[in-house]
Amino acid sequence: MATTAAPLNYLNNGYGAASWLLTRDHKRIALLYLYSITAFFFLGGFFALLIRLELLTPAADMVAPDMYNRLFTMHGVVMVFFFLIPSIPAVLGNFLIPIMVGAKDLAFPRINLLSWYIYVLGGLFTIVAAISGGVDTGWTFYAPYSTSASNSHVILAGVGIFITGFSSILTGLNFIVTVHRMRAPGLTWFRLPLFVWAHYATSLIMILGTPVIAITVLLVAVERGLHLGIFDPALGGDPILFQHLFWFYSHPAVYIMILPAMGVVSELVQAFARKNIFGYSFVAFSSLAIAVIGFLVWGHHLFVAGQSTYAGLVFSLISFFVAIPSAVKVFNWTATLYKGSVSWDSPMLYAFGFIGLFTIGGLTGLFLATLGMDIHMHDTYFIIAHFHYVMVGGAIFGYLGGLHYWWPKITGRMYPEGWAKFAALNIFVGFNLTFFPQFIVGYLGMPRRYAMYAPEFQVYNVLSTAGATILGVGYLIPMIYFAWSLKHAPRAGDNPWGARGLEWEIPSPPPTENFTATPIVTEGTHQYAPSREVGIV
Amino acid sequence: MSDAPSAYQPPPVAIHPAGHGHTPHHPYLQHHFDSMAQQAEASTLGMWTFLVTEIMFFGGLFMAYLVYRYYSPMGFQEASHHLDVFWGTLNTALLIISSLTMALAVRSAQTSQPAMTQVKWLVATMLLGLGFLGIKVIEYTDKFTHHLVPGPNFRWEGLYPKPAEQFYSLYFAMTGLHALHMIIGIGIMLVITWMAWRRTFDSEYYTPVEVAGLYWHFVDIVWIFLFPLLYLIGRHFHPGA
Repeated sequence: MATTAAPLNYLNNGYGAASWLLTRDHKRIALLYLYSITAFFFLGGFFALLIRLELLTPAADMVAPDMYNRLFTMHGVVMVFFFLIPSIPAVLGNFLIPIMVGAKDLAFPRINLLSWYIYVLGGLFTIVAAISGGVDTGWTFYAPYSTSASNSHVILAGVGIFITGFSSILTGLNFIVTVHRMRAPGLTWFRLPLFVWAHYATSLIMILGTPVIAITVLLVAVERGLHLGIFDPALGGDPILFQHLFWFYSHPAVYIMILPAMGVVSELVQAFARKNIFGYSFVAFSSLAIAVIGFLVWGHHLFVAGQSTYAGLVFSLISFFVAIPSAVKVFNWTATLYKGSVSWDSPMLYAFGFIGLFTIGGLTGLFLATLGMDIHMHDTYFIIAHFHYVMVGGAIFGYLGGLHYWWPKITGRMYPEGWAKFAALNIFVGFNLTFFPQFIVGYLGMPRRYAMYAPEFQVYNVLSTAGATILGVGYLIPMIYFAWSLKHAPRAGDNPWGARGLEWEIPSPPPTENFTATPIVTEGTHQYAPSREVGIV
Repeated sequence: MSDAPSAYQPPPVAIHPAGHGHTPHHPYLQHHFDSMAQQAEASTLGMWTFLVTEIMFFGGLFMAYLVYRYYSPMGFQEASHHLDVFWGTLNTALLIISSLTMALAVRSAQTSQPAMTQVKWLVATMLLGLGFLGIKVIEYTDKFTHHLVPGPNFRWEGLYPKPAEQFYSLYFAMTGLHALHMIIGIGIMLVITWMAWRRTFDSEYYTPVEVAGLYWHFVDIVWIFLFPLLYLIGRHFHPGA
């Protein structure tokens, strides 16, 4: 690529605030999401750091318990609703899905832009709630505390989540229609990249689950404002109904966070092992299976909340079933790596990290799905560690791995590989040092959501806080070298990894309309030279 | 970078010169679609998908209704006797007729009828919708004057004050959300009517009317469920009820 007179692409095709804020280009909207999601990530991370600092000592000596409640609530709300759920779909999905299906844009570009504005508006509500004193209910907003007792800004935060939900719904809707109706000629369902399959399954959860939490937080706000008796038993309501409605969305939401990351890992494993994925259709269908089974397991959050033993048994059984499609994915990635010519580029390090963390998180999930075990470990740090391994380890490693892999495509520049490897290692070590001690301290009985704890738990908490510090530094390094790379890094070329897929056939950065002519696909984009598979070994 | 770029094979993708310039584009074909048919399919699938989310959205309220009706069937039955079946039935009739006029509006656009014919059916639909909302205002006013609005001013002389209050909580939540959808629907219809008046729609391009129609029918169908649940179940229809 010539260094002078850069060809017209989506980045230099129009300058100024209006060309970005009124854009309908899915790639520019993806970048708008990238900036705002990064901001929310560091906001949520800031809350996390304060939590870990407070927990250095057994006493509540840095912040008062009431303030601590607000800190962990805002950490949860910001991270779940404004980072983990939108991160991969809104940034990488938005950027890549139209390109991967050979389309010029998503089916509804204006709705796509609208969904970013809705996300920002919902975020503003939540930030205002945080600035004006925060919320102390925990991110779960359990009634009747949230509707009657809490003296914090529940309605404001609830409205923020309600609004942001629509952003998620519209993104999911856009993806579903795009995958159904915009595929290039010859791109059949079973030629689609696994990244697209994962996002298709994610979108199904988004459109089926999100409206339910929307109506639930709306009912909380209405009950709090007008004293309707929906959830508060003092008014004749049923708090268990709240938990059913809440977890009907919020358990599948875990799969909104993890499925796109699995899609990224499927792409990474193929690209850096230079092999076809082992069992393509199994991996594709396991995404759908996770989406479907994910809707049937919400009751395992209510094992100790007063549902019948029989319901508990059924939910326990179905929760074990989720392990099957999850294991299918892990086994198929491993089988793909087997005898592959694996290269240890930084995106692949994140993929390895993902597989490790997801395996630990998934196996500890089996402990918690077991009815009797869950009663012992319910609301301890064991569950904190478990869901951080799955949701956070999964989503962040997938997100960062994907960001590094597609960064050359997004910006047209490489990044310093040495620093990238160092950051990946840093994040992996920091993450495990933060959360692995929490499995132990949780199993020993340290409860979640308390500012104070018994002195014998301190050593684990000191380890955890040390890990969080390393982790925080690890997150800052990519920020710095990504920003640096925009101006100073060498140009990437169209396909720096020698990878397969429509996105690597077009220039980096892509032109505004992605393709100069509609591509005709004659083979699955996951086909890594099957004829030479033996030869490479 | 990757250590095995030599193993890379050319892509299995043939770039063909697109058919741009062969046929003039329809003025309403957006740049990212290849054909009017593809654009129409995307829009209708989009609306169907959106309606699925709407079903889930209302589903939370139906779930709450189901649970509380199960907890106190007698209280709900008693409370529902204070809803006026006459107004409810009239509103049901208005909505069903409005679905017919909406379908005729879609049909008139689809068959390239004159703009005024399309506008006529759309205006009829909007008027029927406004009639529905007017009756809803009458009913809400009646509930306010009889202290049947949940909250501090709620008064109930009957046997089941708490379930009755819950019934009216759900009544206002469900019919309120439904009325909000009607108002949004009428707003959409105003835009569609204006477009129809500008002779936008014909047999080649009528997707907006069709998609607005899908939405309108959905809002009707929600009412078809709300009416028996709130007004009819358990009613004795004895004189003076």
